[in-house]
Amino acid sequence: MKFKGKAWKFGADIDTDQIIPARYLNTSDPKELAKHCMEDADPDFIKKMKPGDIIVAGKNFGCGSSREHAPISIKAAGISCVIAKSFARIFYRNSFNMGLPIFESPAAVDSIAEGDEVEVHMDTGRIVNLTKNKTFDSQPIPPFMQELISTGGLMEWVKKKIG
Amino acid sequence: MPMTITEKILAKHAGLKEVRPGQLINAKVDIALGNDITAPIAIKEFKGVGAGKVFDKNKVVLVPDHFTPNKDIKSAEQCKILRNFAKEQKLTHHFEGGEVGIEHALLPEQGIVVPGDLVIGADSHTCTYGALGAFATGVGSTDLAAAMIIGEAWFKVPESMKFIYRGKLNKWVDGKDLILYTIGNIGVDGALYRAMEFCGPVIDKLSMDSRLSMCNMAIEAGGKNGIIVPDKITKAYVDKRAERPYKFYTSDGDAVYCNVREYDCSKIEPQVAFPHLPENTKNITDVGTITIDQVVIGSCTNGRMEDLRIAAKILRGKKVAPYVRLIIIPATPLIYKQAMEEGLFVIYLKAGAIISPPTCGPCLGGHMGILAEGERALATTNRNFVGRMGHPKSEVYLANPAVAAATAVKGRIAHPEEVVRK
Repeated sequence: MKFKGKAWKFGADIDTDQIIPARYLNTSDPKELAKHCMEDADPDFIKKMKPGDIIVAGKNFGCGSSREHAPISIKAAGISCVIAKSFARIFYRNSFNMGLPIFESPAAVDSIAEGDEVEVHMDTGRIVNLTKNKTFDSQPIPPFMQELISTGGLMEWVKKKIG
Repeated sequence: MPMTITEKILAKHAGLKEVRPGQLINAKVDIALGNDITAPIAIKEFKGVGAGKVFDKNKVVLVPDHFTPNKDIKSAEQCKILRNFAKEQKLTHHFEGGEVGIEHALLPEQGIVVPGDLVIGADSHTCTYGALGAFATGVGSTDLAAAMIIGEAWFKVPESMKFIYRGKLNKWVDGKDLILYTIGNIGVDGALYRAMEFCGPVIDKLSMDSRLSMCNMAIEAGGKNGIIVPDKITKAYVDKRAERPYKFYTSDGDAVYCNVREYDCSKIEPQVAFPHLPENTKNITDVGTITIDQVVIGSCTNGRMEDLRIAAKILRGKKVAPYVRLIIIPATPLIYKQAMEEGLFVIYLKAGAIISPPTCGPCLGGHMGILAEGERALATTNRNFVGRMGHPKSEVYLANPAVAAATAVKGRIAHPEEVVRK
């Protein structure tokens, strides 16, 4: 499986309040949350992006609150995956648990400029900057988390367990 | 093999003799917590997989504290989901109405979390309970849903960082300043994926309220958990409230830490974190003139008795500056009652402050004190991200309750000494 899309670039320490501001947390409806995706980082983001596009960000992406509404709003907006230099741990965990593909690669982030065409290979974690014709390898996903993904997320895993 | 307190608690709950950093484990949880923002998603997923009953009705805790008292129809609907679930599952711990307090002040106070516990909460500030010598960490709604069903959660054992605090604490400096200083030192991802263990002679004497403030903000350095080895101060606090037997764990003398930092507290002044990250800290004497529109004293970081008492000490006989709104939020009903009985409310009201019922409210820009475009607040809360307390073009500065009270009186960020001599 691979993703191909246009890169939207964000800086370091993008917190969950910027991804989905708390003023919209009185609902957990993915469609509602998608309307405000990245609103406090870039108010026009949702108007500019297209389904399949990729978010590329600096270190510590998703820091702050534990709100799963953050990865939910990104996924529901149609973003195919997020590449960052590093992820805050709860965001990292939430993304795997609810099925938003994320990749860690400082070198890829440095190479990718806003608007570049990027291709990401889910299985190998290989990131290709098609615009600049450069290839990067992201941090490998731990085996247990690969198992989570192949089972279809944490709840499917739990379902199997409680059988 | 020598282990840290974090490793020992994780090993015990995973049924293992020992664990090492990096190891993936499945561990039993003692408490699984959710609030009005995160629990509705967890309950939906719980139902979605056809789960019938929670793993233990005493160990699933629901605290609708973020938008309480319900600010609009949508938030009322969220709370209704929690209430119905609590009724259906006969949960022992569901707090609403006059019983609700800010979750991370409420759970320790009510003895629901005890030393040695492994706690997950679908709220990032769940790390607060490390102050009791428990392993506690924030997770998302899906993790909460899974834990509500199977009573377990998966963890990657974190590396531990050790922070040693020595020297004499300066006047007006408390746990909030120590943690802000630490975050300023290591940065907002300085402890990413790691355990933060706080120790040293200063911590040995630090009050439980200050310890709770410190562990509360471990997440602001990216930490997985903050933790303090329990001692006689912990014992005095938990003995009168623990609803279950507890266990004290310690770190072995030769336990392995990936990083050790020592701080001389005699050099630490009250700290102020500038917008828009908690790492942007300055000494109060280096702040300069910054006028303020609103001051908030409260939250899971600083809404406890010690915080309310020191605010009253500054506000006694003083007036809040013109055009400044001072909002004081006692964190739980018990704290509210005690503050009232101690006469603190009269001092606040005479000063011109607003007393709010317990709620997370303004801390996350929910309600009960939202900022307009261009407004500036100083708050005893834990985050000063863009738009955190309201308009995306508003600003939040973080500080301790003494600085907050002095700031309300002066109308600009002020040192407590400018208002009162200790």
